Amino acid sequence: MFTSTMFASILPEILILVLGMLVLIVEPFWKEEKRRNVGWLTAGGLFAAMLISFLAGQPGEPTSALGGMIRFDWLGFFFKMLFMFAGAATALLMMDHERLGKRGEAYLLLLASLIGMNLMAVSSDLIMLFLSIETASIPLYVLAGFMLGDDRSTEAGFKYLLFGVLTTTIMLYGFSLVFGFSGTTDMYQLAGMFRAGAIAPLAAFGILTLILVGIGFKVAFVPFHFWAPDVYEGAPTPVAGFLSTASKAAGYAVLLRLFFVAFPEPSLSASWTTTLAIVAAISMIVGNLLALPQTNIKRLLAYSSIAHTGYTLIGVVALTRLGAASVVFYLAAYILTNLLAFGIAMAFSKATGLENIQDYAGLSRRSPWLGLMMLTAFLSLTGMPPFGGFVAKVVVFAAGIQAGYIWLVVVGVITSVIGAYYYLNALKFVYLYRMPNQDEENHPIPLSRPYAIALVVLTLGVILIGTIFAPWFNWSDAGAVNLF
Amino acid sequence: MTFPVLSIITFTPLVAALIILLIPANRKNETRALALASAAFTLVLSLWVYFSYDQTTAGYQFVEKYDWLPALGVSLHFGVDGISAPLVLLTGVVMFTGVLISWGDDHPHVMAGIQDRPREFFAFLFILAWGVLGVFVSLDLFMLIFFYEIAVFPMYLLIVIWGWNVTREYAAMKLTLYLLIGSVIALVGALAMYMAQYQNTGALSFDMLTMESAGFSQSFQIIWFLPVFLGFAVLGGIWPFHNWSPDGHVAAPTAVSMFHAGVLMKLGAFAALRVGIMLLPEGAKYWQWLIMAFAAIAVVYGAYVAFVQMDFKYMVGFSSVSHMGLVMLGFSTFNADGLLGSGLQMFSHGAMTALFFAVVGMIYDRAHTRQIPELGGMSKVMPFATVGFIIGGLVSMGMPLFSGFIAEFPIFMGVWQVHWFVAVVCSISIVITAAYIMRNIRQVFFGNMPEKFEGHITDITVLDKVAIATLCIFMIVIGLYPKFMAPMVQTGVEYVLRLLGGS
Repeated sequence: MFTSTMFASILPEILILVLGMLVLIVEPFWKEEKRRNVGWLTAGGLFAAMLISFLAGQPGEPTSALGGMIRFDWLGFFFKMLFMFAGAATALLMMDHERLGKRGEAYLLLLASLIGMNLMAVSSDLIMLFLSIETASIPLYVLAGFMLGDDRSTEAGFKYLLFGVLTTTIMLYGFSLVFGFSGTTDMYQLAGMFRAGAIAPLAAFGILTLILVGIGFKVAFVPFHFWAPDVYEGAPTPVAGFLSTASKAAGYAVLLRLFFVAFPEPSLSASWTTTLAIVAAISMIVGNLLALPQTNIKRLLAYSSIAHTGYTLIGVVALTRLGAASVVFYLAAYILTNLLAFGIAMAFSKATGLENIQDYAGLSRRSPWLGLMMLTAFLSLTGMPPFGGFVAKVVVFAAGIQAGYIWLVVVGVITSVIGAYYYLNALKFVYLYRMPNQDEENHPIPLSRPYAIALVVLTLGVILIGTIFAPWFNWSDAGAVNLF
Repeated sequence: MTFPVLSIITFTPLVAALIILLIPANRKNETRALALASAAFTLVLSLWVYFSYDQTTAGYQFVEKYDWLPALGVSLHFGVDGISAPLVLLTGVVMFTGVLISWGDDHPHVMAGIQDRPREFFAFLFILAWGVLGVFVSLDLFMLIFFYEIAVFPMYLLIVIWGWNVTREYAAMKLTLYLLIGSVIALVGALAMYMAQYQNTGALSFDMLTMESAGFSQSFQIIWFLPVFLGFAVLGGIWPFHNWSPDGHVAAPTAVSMFHAGVLMKLGAFAALRVGIMLLPEGAKYWQWLIMAFAAIAVVYGAYVAFVQMDFKYMVGFSSVSHMGLVMLGFSTFNADGLLGSGLQMFSHGAMTALFFAVVGMIYDRAHTRQIPELGGMSKVMPFATVGFIIGGLVSMGMPLFSGFIAEFPIFMGVWQVHWFVAVVCSISIVITAAYIMRNIRQVFFGNMPEKFEGHITDITVLDKVAIATLCIFMIVIGLYPKFMAPMVQTGVEYVLRLLGGS
């Protein structure tokens, strides 16, 4: 029976699918020079899909839908909204990209990947989960290598594909072992069936580690991080921004649901939380230290995103309701902030063709508003109020301290000061240094309308989540409750 | 519901900063006028709070409370007591005078004030002021740290963009990293307190009034007092974490130096008192000897280092370390006299050091050097600034009839009651301070003016004179009529002593 609940549970995905078909149908009717309008269609369509889902597709009590394949709850819903928002912003930022903007396929791939991510957030069955991860990943492999003829983009796409396939296969092996020991693929039944007592603890730990490899690749924690800088640098910048935000958040959605629901039993969780705590500490240290010597803004953001994965993991290892809520809140703030940072990098390189941090010299004189936006993004990444990054960091640290991980929080705060060094250093170029001839007035940075809309919305979002944080936290918390 | 004066004071600078950002970049005078008007508005409101504060009762007044994030117990909870009300007034005064000083002077030989991008300058300065005011009035630990961090990051931009081009990049980064390390360590301590309170009482609340009775165990207090107190005290310039402070002062533009030494260092001391000593009193008692030792070293060492400086601004910077050491010394007594003196010293030093930096800035803008031996005879061309500096100097030396005496005398009385030899050792600093202040007055303001300055150096502007006069008035009024401030601080001290168990 196909009930209205079932329909509501996949309403956003249905709408995205319809939007994707619309993109395919409409694109050939537009002439080449008008074809970037597909971006308006994609972004507008995604916002409409968000609105419709918000009005008609809100979950009530958590329920199982579609034969136990999907869990229909607030956690999944909130993640879906985040992904679709990130997708809409990315579509806007793609419009003026030289190689992506006029290609309808690019928008279609983005939408296809979004469907996969949305399903990742709600999958409650290992097979469904694996399918949705592949649905999300394969379009991204193509997008990363989209610029045919550009060596770095091809390298990025190929590297991303190879690492992605390898790690996903390892994860699939882990899934099959879990099934072998428990006899079920339903996450909500696994908790009872997959016990450390029934199988040797070491074997259980090994199996969970296999699964963590696949998730580690998605969220880019150390030691599965090394693809990130190369792929971000080589891939088209809008795609890099999408990879570092929505794709990473989708990995966390899986991590939260799979590990909080299926393996919370203390005899099991002790091993994987300890592993993840160590991984978090190493990610924060490695990410921040390797970001220090970077000169390319995309590589800088890549290493900083590895460090931010470490901060987010603090909320995961806490394994509490506050921890889960803090992860969701952190991801919301981080998606807004990092999309803003990548958006600025795109707008800047669109106008100048440059990507190095030192090329940003004189930005605040060339375009005071773009300078202020960059200030917002980078201070939010540093974790400064009144921007989203500050509140996010505080709730994550609070969750860590509540769970007794004081050493991890201390590592977090110390490395965040290292982070401050390179973020402020980049701002020094924007505000202090000048262009070689000191003639910034003659080199303004024009912003086309899609960039302006996306950047202003993202900036306001970063400030909003950092000042009026109650509604955002309450949503995150409403999602976190569903895990317990 | 009463008039929400504290939230209006706190958010005026933010609103002003946002409006200033909307003014076109080339409208420099309109920007300055708007900045001055909003600073004056803040000053008037802070004066109003100060004079309508009921000096007869202890506890918090003008209290406002709005739930902000009920799920985690965060609220916008504002209120002032006898210790923070003078600091709100001080912020108003320094903001007003800082804007006056930054107006600038378009005389060809003078490079005074802020000529480059004043729009961004005043916006960042006002965001800084927003954070400072927020810390002084917040009774919620989360919001206190929120505002505290807001007060930290604009400093980096203000120093690195408009600072002294020789050392600004180094000094700004050093200052920011020092303050950030301090504040994140204090943040960990604050979160530990939050969670310990949750375990003790089951209440998730950042409200400091409930934390006062959270019943932290003695061992908890002893463990967490040092991170919290020292984390905040870094901004108060406590030895051995004072190193950022003179470098930062010297590199900062004049108005920012005034803000930095005048108000920001009070922010550190105030937060260390409010969060460290008031919420963890048992820990404070356990570590009393250590704070007192650090403070005493800061007092004497700071004065001595100031004495040997050749750079005028470094001298003032190290004298700030010395005087802020006195504030910490007063805190560490835990008795009525010492705390009263600290409360007064925070205001007195704030006004005095703002005045010093203003005068140093005026001289540097005209002479283009700060080396003390190269200067001379300034009293002939800028008599008003000379008088101002002498009044500041008398305050700095702790002369009777000026606010410095009213503040320092109770501190020494308080210290004497705890450890008389600490008082004796620290009194050396008074002698050293007198020596370097007198020497500077003679060398810089009197004596012969070097020939290269003849005819080049002009008098300060009217706005500068208004700023100097404003700062001097407060120092003289408190000196002549201590009842202007002492009873108010007394009420704040009573409250602190009650938390300390009446020791």
